[in-house]
Amino acid sequence: MPLRSSRVNAPLSDREVAALRGEFPVLTRTVRDDQPLVYLDSGATSHKPTTVLDAERSFYEQHNAAVHRGAHQLAEEATDDFEAARATIAAFIGAPADEVVFTKNATEALNLVAYAFSNASPTDEPKDARFVLGPGDEILVTEMEHHANLVPWQELCRRTGATLRWVPVRADGSLEVSDLDALLTDRTKVFAFTHVSNVLGTINPVTELAERAHAVGALVVVDACQSVPHLAVDVATLGADFIAFSGHKLYGPMGIGVLWGRAELLEVMPAFLTGGSMIETVTMERSTYAPAPQKFEAGVPNAAQAIGLAAAVTWVEAIGIDRIAAHESALVDALMTGLAARPWVRVVGPPPGTPRGGAVAFLVDGVHAHDVGQVLDDAGVAVRVGHHCAWPLHRALGAAATTRASFAVYNTLDEVGVLLRALDRVPAIFGVDLTETDTDTDTDLGATDGAAALRGESTREAS
Amino acid sequence: MDLYQELILEHSKRPHRSGLRDPFDAEVHHVNPTCGDEVTLRLALSGKGAAAVVRDVSYRAQGCSISVASTSVLAEEVTGRPVREALATFEAMRSMLTSRGTEPGDAETIGDGVAFAGVSKYPARVKCALLGWAAFTDALARAGVDISTISPTVSASGSTATQGVSS
Repeated sequence: MPLRSSRVNAPLSDREVAALRGEFPVLTRTVRDDQPLVYLDSGATSHKPTTVLDAERSFYEQHNAAVHRGAHQLAEEATDDFEAARATIAAFIGAPADEVVFTKNATEALNLVAYAFSNASPTDEPKDARFVLGPGDEILVTEMEHHANLVPWQELCRRTGATLRWVPVRADGSLEVSDLDALLTDRTKVFAFTHVSNVLGTINPVTELAERAHAVGALVVVDACQSVPHLAVDVATLGADFIAFSGHKLYGPMGIGVLWGRAELLEVMPAFLTGGSMIETVTMERSTYAPAPQKFEAGVPNAAQAIGLAAAVTWVEAIGIDRIAAHESALVDALMTGLAARPWVRVVGPPPGTPRGGAVAFLVDGVHAHDVGQVLDDAGVAVRVGHHCAWPLHRALGAAATTRASFAVYNTLDEVGVLLRALDRVPAIFGVDLTETDTDTDTDLGATDGAAALRGESTREAS
Repeated sequence: MDLYQELILEHSKRPHRSGLRDPFDAEVHHVNPTCGDEVTLRLALSGKGAAAVVRDVSYRAQGCSISVASTSVLAEEVTGRPVREALATFEAMRSMLTSRGTEPGDAETIGDGVAFAGVSKYPARVKCALLGWAAFTDALARAGVDISTISPTVSASGSTATQGVSS
């Protein structure tokens, strides 16, 4: 275990970060001709500490049984561990245990809610009008959504005849809330938006947006994939009705995600997947369903992964989510400062000084993101390139693709420096003219001095 | 980096035969869903059936240096050639690109395409290099050419097409 500071809000010391890095075996490996791995793609998936790997392995070695079935001792132990995992994860986000539904990932969690609407047939009794959708009803999303919080709603509109509307994004990466009164009306049944943008890093004002949605009777669904691993999220005060997040971005295993929903909504919401585990009684004609959360967990659940995720949450809590947030914020600030010193780089999203999430996406003038990422990879730096599953957002930004660095607690300021120095190779490799630019890679974080005059487009356009 | 050969950088900065020209027999639009790169490609043929010749390949490409340069090389290599030879060039190009670094490529068959040999060591970039080529074979099929002689394409790019005005 790493050294844990007893000072709750003290920044993570270099020693602490070095110690906790030791808990991630993958961080010791080398890539591309024996260079140290600089992993700046935790927004896609984080690495997993040994305590998570051990928890999964221990489940299979010691208990391994299908939970909520069987009267034997292994089944009892497996069920206890699975339900204890639920309680741990629920407590982490400030929720009662029975408001946490395990899914395979955040995408499934969002689909679960979207399908609940189309599964609510108007002939159902009892029915809850909030989950019945049809022509004339509207679903509101935003232009900055990850495809996971956009496509399921497009599909729901297609199935039900409801209309999809969206809040545009401003040039500074914030939502165009001045349009909100026109977009949020009594026709709006759902307002689905992200807490923290996976591209822009924008932190949306969930509580304020939720209040306005609730004022017109809409349900609020929040994509919390980029917030729960990086900042304190308390569903009791957040204002959302549902949040979805994935385990694998939160130092947990792949194959486990979480849907949190208010108990009174989960109670009346129709099931998504049906079959074993989720029933109360079954006859040949019809079935009745178990109370939530079991109603939403058909089939043998991912118990080992849920237990692994609970170990991850316990690990995060031992460090302190606020300290993780502060550490990542310092890394983001350093990167923003370094990029601002390079006039040939344009960061998308909120300007420096605005609180933002752990992702920083940028454009290099005259060079496509794929090519930028390739040069970084050549230096052992792993970033994400492309549209990051937010294609409409990139269209709105006028960018075909961006390069994104995203942080986790194990990243260091030195790694920000490695990224910036590798980035400085890009203009020369692609023959981008940096007239009057004096590239000096010896300064702090490899900052570039001098003004740069640039030629070229943000993407290559041959026409 | 040996990936970015001078030839690739040259073609990506100054793509040969770019632009969309009339008349054409087929127009296709292909995208790489993972990165959003796009190519709109028009094909004009002369002659029919086995004797058909690629009269013109015109295109608008938006993407990384690899995808733009590869489309540029494609236009250079296939224009003015019998369809049969163009398909052989495609096969040779694809074979090299999917060889995981084991095939250097034959300049006799693929010309400047040999500059892309290094791409095959980066599986994530193979799709970039094949984007224009996948569009080209799709356009051939839509123009009525029998492309069943080539094995199914490895590219997973999405496509839409409009039939062009007949020349």
